[in-house]
Amino acid sequence: MAPWTGSGCSGARKCDALSEIFSTQLFWSTIRLSTPLILAALGGLFSERSGVINIALEGMMLAGAFTAASVTWAAGNPWLGLGAGAAAGLAIASIHAVACIRYKADQVVTGTAINILMIGIPGFLSGALFLSSGSTPQIPKEQLIPWTPIVLAFAAVPATWYSLYRTPFGLRLRSVGENPEAADAAGVNVAQVRYTGVLLSGVLAGMGGSYLSIGQSSLFTRNMTSGRGFIALAALIFGKWRPVQTMLACLFFGFTEAVTIQMQGVVKLPSGEDIPVQFIQMVPYVLTIVVLAGFIGYSRPPRALGRPYEKER
Amino acid sequence: MIELRNISKRFGTVRANDHIDIKVEPATIHAIVGENGAGKSTAMRIAYGFYAADSGEILIDGRPRRIARPQDAIALGIGMVHQHFMLVDTMTVAENIVLGAEPGTALTLDLPQAASRIRKLSEDFKLSVDPGATVEDLSVGQQQRVELLKALYRDARLLILDEPTAVLTPQEVEEFFSILRRMREQGKTIVIITHKLSEVLSISDDVTVMRDGRVVGRVKTRDTSAAELARLMVGREVLLRVDKPDAKPGAVALSVRDFSVTTAEGVKPVDNVSFEVRSGEIVGIAGVEGNGQTELVEALAGLVDPLRVSGDVSLGGASLAGVGARRRRELGIAHIPEDRHRRGLLLEFSLDENAILGVHYRPPITTYPGGVILDEREIRRRTTDIIARFDVRPPNPELPARALSGGNQQKLIIGREFELGPKLLLVSQPTRGVDIGAIEFIHRKLVALRDGGCAVLLVSAELEEVMSLSDRLLVIHNGHIAGEVNPKAATPADIGLLMTRGRLH
Amino acid sequence: MRLLRELLFPAIAVLAAFVVGGIFVLIVGDSPIETYRLLIGSALWWPDGIGYTLFYATPLIFTGLAVAVAFRAGLLNIGAEGQLYVAAFATAWTGITFARLPAPLLIPLCFVAAIAAGSFWAVIPGVLKARFGSHEVINTIMMNFIAVALVSYFTQYHYRTPGDPIMESAPIGANAHIARLGRFLPGFPERIPLNLAFLLALLACALVYVFLWRTKWGYELRATGTNPSAAEYGGISIRRQIVVAMAISGALAGCVGINEVLGYRHLYYDGFSDNYGFTGIAVALLGRNHPVGVLLAALLFAVLTRGGIPVDAFTEHVTKDIVQILQATIILFVAAEGFFRGAVDRFGLLRRPKV
Repeated sequence: MAPWTGSGCSGARKCDALSEIFSTQLFWSTIRLSTPLILAALGGLFSERSGVINIALEGMMLAGAFTAASVTWAAGNPWLGLGAGAAAGLAIASIHAVACIRYKADQVVTGTAINILMIGIPGFLSGALFLSSGSTPQIPKEQLIPWTPIVLAFAAVPATWYSLYRTPFGLRLRSVGENPEAADAAGVNVAQVRYTGVLLSGVLAGMGGSYLSIGQSSLFTRNMTSGRGFIALAALIFGKWRPVQTMLACLFFGFTEAVTIQMQGVVKLPSGEDIPVQFIQMVPYVLTIVVLAGFIGYSRPPRALGRPYEKER
Repeated sequence: MIELRNISKRFGTVRANDHIDIKVEPATIHAIVGENGAGKSTAMRIAYGFYAADSGEILIDGRPRRIARPQDAIALGIGMVHQHFMLVDTMTVAENIVLGAEPGTALTLDLPQAASRIRKLSEDFKLSVDPGATVEDLSVGQQQRVELLKALYRDARLLILDEPTAVLTPQEVEEFFSILRRMREQGKTIVIITHKLSEVLSISDDVTVMRDGRVVGRVKTRDTSAAELARLMVGREVLLRVDKPDAKPGAVALSVRDFSVTTAEGVKPVDNVSFEVRSGEIVGIAGVEGNGQTELVEALAGLVDPLRVSGDVSLGGASLAGVGARRRRELGIAHIPEDRHRRGLLLEFSLDENAILGVHYRPPITTYPGGVILDEREIRRRTTDIIARFDVRPPNPELPARALSGGNQQKLIIGREFELGPKLLLVSQPTRGVDIGAIEFIHRKLVALRDGGCAVLLVSAELEEVMSLSDRLLVIHNGHIAGEVNPKAATPADIGLLMTRGRLH
Repeated sequence: MRLLRELLFPAIAVLAAFVVGGIFVLIVGDSPIETYRLLIGSALWWPDGIGYTLFYATPLIFTGLAVAVAFRAGLLNIGAEGQLYVAAFATAWTGITFARLPAPLLIPLCFVAAIAAGSFWAVIPGVLKARFGSHEVINTIMMNFIAVALVSYFTQYHYRTPGDPIMESAPIGANAHIARLGRFLPGFPERIPLNLAFLLALLACALVYVFLWRTKWGYELRATGTNPSAAEYGGISIRRQIVVAMAISGALAGCVGINEVLGYRHLYYDGFSDNYGFTGIAVALLGRNHPVGVLLAALLFAVLTRGGIPVDAFTEHVTKDIVQILQATIILFVAAEGFFRGAVDRFGLLRRPKV
């Protein structure tokens, strides 16, 4: 499906695994595969730094991917598609925000519901709009934007860093996620800051999803994120909820994915042992568990993460 | 500077503030004293916009003002330092101080400019706080100064300090007071909420005394004495005398030797305490809350990690070292906890299910097969028995505990613990939030348990209660036993002094 | 009165979700009434409608119970999906490896494999929480992906029938098959895959009920969930309860493997789960974490799943994706019940007797 991946090692030919893996092609493949992860993970960062758990990144990405592909196909303009994808992420995030902030719903449960919702809605709408079962029509190659989102994603990292550590908004966002009572006592509107954080996460995750459908490939297919929202979440935890570390984690996870695609099956270590792709796929998840348990460099979540702010009166 | 006029505030059925008037003169240090629950903090939280008063008005510089939110108070030049600091631990001092009042534009947070202003303020008041330090690395005393700076940075003219010295060492208190005096010299007005009389006498200009949600005294500090303040605080001579025969103490039931509790932060809330409680006597522990009573009782009940306690505790001569909560209950230690909602009850569970907490795992509550199944009939028998003997109302074992009033919840807990037939009863704040009728009932039951030969260790912040119930009375101050007094001979003023100063003179 | 209160919010949430779903149907230009008639009506046809509905309900009962038990201990087990994959694979492995054993030995052995494997997979995040305090939600999510990759690896490299392009294992021994209900019910065709695992699911509901409300262990688990401080005061070890609750939760999720492998496909089919683990969260939530509620909610969701097929076929535009939309909307409305609490309170329906 991904046009840039090479054929890798053919089964019959013995090849030198290491030189095959560390090629220029692999470098670009890593960059491309990291892009949606970075966008979504930075989105998750804004939400979780404000104290709202966001396991709905997956759903927000799907919303973005589907909307971007549909709008690009209909309007013939990928920029409109990208904007629509971001807007779709925002719309889905607003459900999460209202449920979690206004009605103090369980953030994990709401996130799960959104993920299920976003399995349903694209399929439902594509059935009605395109008479297909869950995919959008093919978009012509000249209407794809394979490069701009990459630039956007990597530019978003310093931008996020700056807004988090060098603006009043970032200060308030961090304080609300750590100690909402203290923020409130200092005159900060806790709910307003949290709304902003969650909605921003929708915009970024929606853009990340858009890149999947109108950048990396040329259409939306059913469940095309296939867990990337959760990998972004893992990268966020692995990156200790900090922008630069999170980007590095995304690059690393993008690299593992690039390697699995490159290998297309078994690669042999110089010693002759097999490394099945599944074990490389597991790497992000295992690392997340290890980091959360504090085995290598403890990753501490924002202190108020998952806790609705209740004001006593 | 600020005047509260006729302010009232209720929480449910509790009158926290009952038509109170407090007037604070500019550039003075004004102390508000009173026991726990007297309504001091409520009044000041109203002044800061955290709570909305039910009635009454607030005047700033003689003009009535509406203070609905902390932002309003800040705009009027009021700053408040809460008992529990409102700081974000992971952020720097400067970030904490500017939060909510950020310098610069929406896109630029000018922290260097803020830092230089903070440094200047810090020098003016000799606070010696580094704006670049991370809050969690600071000592408690330094964190408090960050709180002061937060108010000063916002140009507060009036500072409200809620129990500011509770967390400080004596040396830090001295330093802190000199800071307050400097602030007064520079024209700031300070309201300090406290119950430590020695501090009131050394720092304040005026004193307002509160009790039971009312203002009961307004005096100039130079015209008063610790004895007078203690009398005002504690109120009338003890009225609630419990008719009880003299104790007939038997053998030593609980023996505590060189006992200390250390927290994860390395603080010792209980510091080298020794005492004993005999069968058939009630030993009271009087003290201002937060002086180690909670930790002492929790440790004796087996609820503190054994690694955090040191010293010897024994029950009937057998050591309790390393014995957990379940085993202690089996050995005959009953425990009525101070916070019944947090510790004592499963609020969503029925009275039936609450009546078996702690004995739920053993016969007769469990039955065959294998001692795993709960015996509903036995549980119901037990609950109806407790309901009848302790007059729990409404007498419906299927109601969730949440549906009961505070007094009835407490009676349920007491009934449950009495069912154990304990050798030792640990009881904290037995009548907190309980109506008058139930108080008397609970007191009679405690005396009856004593007369049945149980050893009782009673902790209460209500001085009247410990004085009238106890056969012997220990006063705890700052984690130490400050002294033992005869509850029949001692006056509330004497005990008040021991409680607040740790010594009689 | 209490029963009414328990049923009211789930009922309102379901109705509200159907209204939202109806709007979606209107948007694509179909008739909501016709769609819902197909969606619900088809599940009631005898024997296929009812048979398949109960078959679809079986895994949802297990995962719903799994989430409910964990929830009663104050834990959110998002990992039922991974637990059931590991369990299903373990079941198939046992059925293949010990295929020669006689049925009375092999079937119980396969049951034990399913339960033990599901339990094991859930205990890992349980121990991590009890020991290191790491959040069970994140860890169970991660364990899901690890499980999927792991069983896919074993299927692909070690247990696939050579030459078979499909990612599935070799078949299990015939002795490991459990009977379809058609064998016992006259007039109920055996082609419908409803099997003994459904009865096992009903039994699990009863057992969970007895466990939670009639045994000391259930008491300790629920006490930990409702107020850990008070549980500790009552001499209950919170850390142990966390591990125990996850173990039971995983065991219940693992039972899905029994239905899938022993009762239905008779082999391990990679990626078989139709989001059973996640739907289980919805089932538990809608069922108020009570076995009876879980049973009812699982039946409702199974009706929707079954009804999705004729909706797909007989409406002009609506696809079976409407089912997911309804499920998700139900969860959202149940989770954010404050959304209608205000309105309901105004009518005084929920006023609790205050004493």
